[in-house]
Amino acid sequence: MSQFDVASAAVQAALDAGARYADARVMHRRYESMTARNGEVEDLTQTGDAGVGVRALVGSSWGFFAVPELSGAAARTAGHRATEIAVASAAVPGPAADLVPAEPAVGSWASPCEVDPLAVPLSEKGDLLVRATTVMSEHGADQAEGRYQIWDTRKWLVSSEGHRIDQHIRECGGGIAATAIGDGETQRRSHPSYRGQYGTRGWELVTGLDLAGHAARVAEQARALLTAPACPAGETTLILGSEQLALQIHESVGHAIELDRILGWEAAFAGTSWLELARLGQLQYGSELMNITIDPTIPGALGSFGYDDEGTPAARRYAVRDGIWVGVLAGRDSAAVAGLDYAGAVRAERWSRLPMVRMTNVGLEPGPHTLAELVAATDDGIMMDFNRSWSIDDRRLNFQFGCEIGWEIKNGRRGRMLRNPTYTGIGPTFWRSMDMLSNETIPWGTPNCGKGQPVQLGHTGHPAAPARFTNVRVGVRG
Amino acid sequence: MTAELDVAAQVLELVRAAAGAGAQAEVSVERRGLALTRFANSFIHQNLAEDTTTVGLRLHTGGRTLAGSTTVTSAEGLRELVSRTVEAVRFAPPDPGWPGLAPPAAPAGQPGFDQATAAAPPEDRAQRVREFVAAAGGLETAGYCRTALWSGGFANSAGHSATTRTTEAVMDGIARQDGADGLARLASVRLADLVGAQLGARAAAKARACADPVELPPGHYQVVLEPTAVADLLTTLAAWGFNGRALAERRTFAELGAEQFDRSVTMVDDPYAPDHPGQAYDLDGTPRQPLTLVDAGVTAAVAHDRRTAALVGGESTGHGLRFFGTLAAAPANLGLRPATGRPASRPATPAAGPEAAHPSATPLLAGVVRGLLVTDFWYTRVLDPKSLVVTGLTRNGVWLIEDGEITMPVRNLRFTQSYPQALGPGAVTAIGPAAVLLPSSLAAAWPSAPALHLARWQFTGGSAG
Repeated sequence: MSQFDVASAAVQAALDAGARYADARVMHRRYESMTARNGEVEDLTQTGDAGVGVRALVGSSWGFFAVPELSGAAARTAGHRATEIAVASAAVPGPAADLVPAEPAVGSWASPCEVDPLAVPLSEKGDLLVRATTVMSEHGADQAEGRYQIWDTRKWLVSSEGHRIDQHIRECGGGIAATAIGDGETQRRSHPSYRGQYGTRGWELVTGLDLAGHAARVAEQARALLTAPACPAGETTLILGSEQLALQIHESVGHAIELDRILGWEAAFAGTSWLELARLGQLQYGSELMNITIDPTIPGALGSFGYDDEGTPAARRYAVRDGIWVGVLAGRDSAAVAGLDYAGAVRAERWSRLPMVRMTNVGLEPGPHTLAELVAATDDGIMMDFNRSWSIDDRRLNFQFGCEIGWEIKNGRRGRMLRNPTYTGIGPTFWRSMDMLSNETIPWGTPNCGKGQPVQLGHTGHPAAPARFTNVRVGVRG
Repeated sequence: MTAELDVAAQVLELVRAAAGAGAQAEVSVERRGLALTRFANSFIHQNLAEDTTTVGLRLHTGGRTLAGSTTVTSAEGLRELVSRTVEAVRFAPPDPGWPGLAPPAAPAGQPGFDQATAAAPPEDRAQRVREFVAAAGGLETAGYCRTALWSGGFANSAGHSATTRTTEAVMDGIARQDGADGLARLASVRLADLVGAQLGARAAAKARACADPVELPPGHYQVVLEPTAVADLLTTLAAWGFNGRALAERRTFAELGAEQFDRSVTMVDDPYAPDHPGQAYDLDGTPRQPLTLVDAGVTAAVAHDRRTAALVGGESTGHGLRFFGTLAAAPANLGLRPATGRPASRPATPAAGPEAAHPSATPLLAGVVRGLLVTDFWYTRVLDPKSLVVTGLTRNGVWLIEDGEITMPVRNLRFTQSYPQALGPGAVTAIGPAAVLLPSSLAAAWPSAPALHLARWQFTGGSAG
């Protein structure tokens, strides 16, 4: 029995039980991670899972059931149970709902991969982390940590409308972090970012990070930060490096444009959005330099795919164009409720999780400047980079971020390091103050975007470049 | 022998055959039955269930360690797990910090379990949602009702074995009026303890009491934290403070034997408290030990697994876990002892007046001259792990208290506050008379929290920034 046959059996069982629409995802997933601390490998994990998840629509009510078996009988049971659950949902029904029309896609897609990361010898991968963490320890890190992660996912989607799609997505990445411990506080520096860098690529991504080559620098910076002056408190001109700006985009734009949040579907947990659909196409989200795209077609970026988990082919569109809010992240049901004609942003972390609206690659188009020009044009300000903490309210408006490192900017030159840099603001006010944007774009990958219940960890991409913002409140501390 | 322990024994036999008697192996089999009914805009919009058994194998041989797992539990699936783990461990890097297998040990207890909850059909959850929605009296509602079953078996090649099973039922919902949200949240081992109508009425009472909130300037305020907000302090202290790895690496404020908290503060991690969900053993198979972490203000213990215990020359307390893919040792059933010493309570029938909206906090209001009543915290993140300075926002209802009375609702505020400092010597004015069992949104953890009156909380921003 092929994987398509398993999925088809599940869909047919759901229809036979009374569903008017059903889809099923068979997924096989392999995962590997390794963590080294202070020159020793501490944890090496390899997992595998496989199963089928079925969605059934009865009237306007959904049901979902998943089983970790791939027999025809198990698939049929899952389809039947999904419809039973949808019937139970109808005890508290919502308004009539439908799906935006879609051509039933039939296709196959695989992410680019030069070096299969699961085929690289464990000893080679271990040597890399041991070497990098040893160097950090030798250069002043009290705690030196290195980690990589690899996901290898194959999935087969069948829907009652005729979708029949298989995809093979390989993702990997990693990073290192040095922590220096002082009296009453710690300082951390990481490379290439707090979470590492991730993408839909092979091991060549990790090799290209040169973890060992950056180990001494980050350890020395972490140690030096313990005695650096604290970030001053006040309002100033702020330059953000691309890693921190990627998270700023993720939190204050990416989540805000999720249509399920806008419609109130996540009101009790993840929250809603300050955006109102009536203002789509008119609202000034940011300055004219702000052009944000939703683009799952970027080769190698972490939020890339051929089709989303409803079978919608990957397509690029604008979320913000010349500062105006023009697009959302949508699924077929949420788009129908909102009166929109596009979907394409629905994914599930695994076969046992319900597909939901997720970010793909949500990022800034490049600007006209360079980081050097941003610094040179700033008489008095602060530059911050490399995220350390993040917090934003349930409407995605009021944020506060902490970074690993800051630098004083005086008379167009980057000066001394600053410790514990933080900044805070309100999303649209902040984005409207962006007056310079670099063209040095990096497609940062975030492998741990939590959303939904049970919480799913989504993989998202965020092209970002350094940018400058004016009149930003900095230096908030407890 | 349970079904899970039987599978664990099978895998152990396969490992012996494939890797030899000298290999150190541990097998953990966990069945998870999860059912979740979510509602928003006052209707059920997501409704899901899964029933998954995961088999985990950790193998240490030749000085090298590898952990593997699978959800394919057929004979072929188990053989494949063993063969790929045995094959791959030969190429794993050396693991000089391997702490050895957990020795045979008697169980320290069993957590709560309820068969009816384990078998609850979707209709039972839908009924509670319907009651919650109806009790909100026309206000928009959102939230979830969840039931879960965990059943596990553990066996290692040192001759140790253990079993566990527990259930969990949670209802967590808001009622909304003109953009103001009111919350009701409760956990139990029994779905029968969750009364949708009571919780819906409480959420609606809160939402109605939130109408037309005023903006207050940031600054220092006394606060009365409801149990839902106190739960955030407890889960944060558990993960970052009472964490054996953090202690070994000097990344925590915790100093054993030091008076770091107010003398009214006693915190206990009890996986076997009556009617609480929990787990009988940890990632290493070590039986979980009840721990007094803070005894009358003195930091008395932190949680350890075998690896962190070895780092500090101590004993594992049975608190090893995997959190977002990384190893940690932290309490999962952390409770702040209420003023009366009573265990976590079940929901009371709402009364009229402030008790309808704030039943746990009402006894503490009389002691407040001017302060804020906070229902819930949101998106709290640690700025520095050692000082445990945290930033986050209030959510689901804030009110000004003046001369012991709630006088007006307040817009949400951002805070930046050291949690241990907030509970430090002299900082705790009063603790509520009863604790409430609550769920965690991110992990299998169940804090037990009373309301708290704290002398000082630093708010660093208003809704306008």
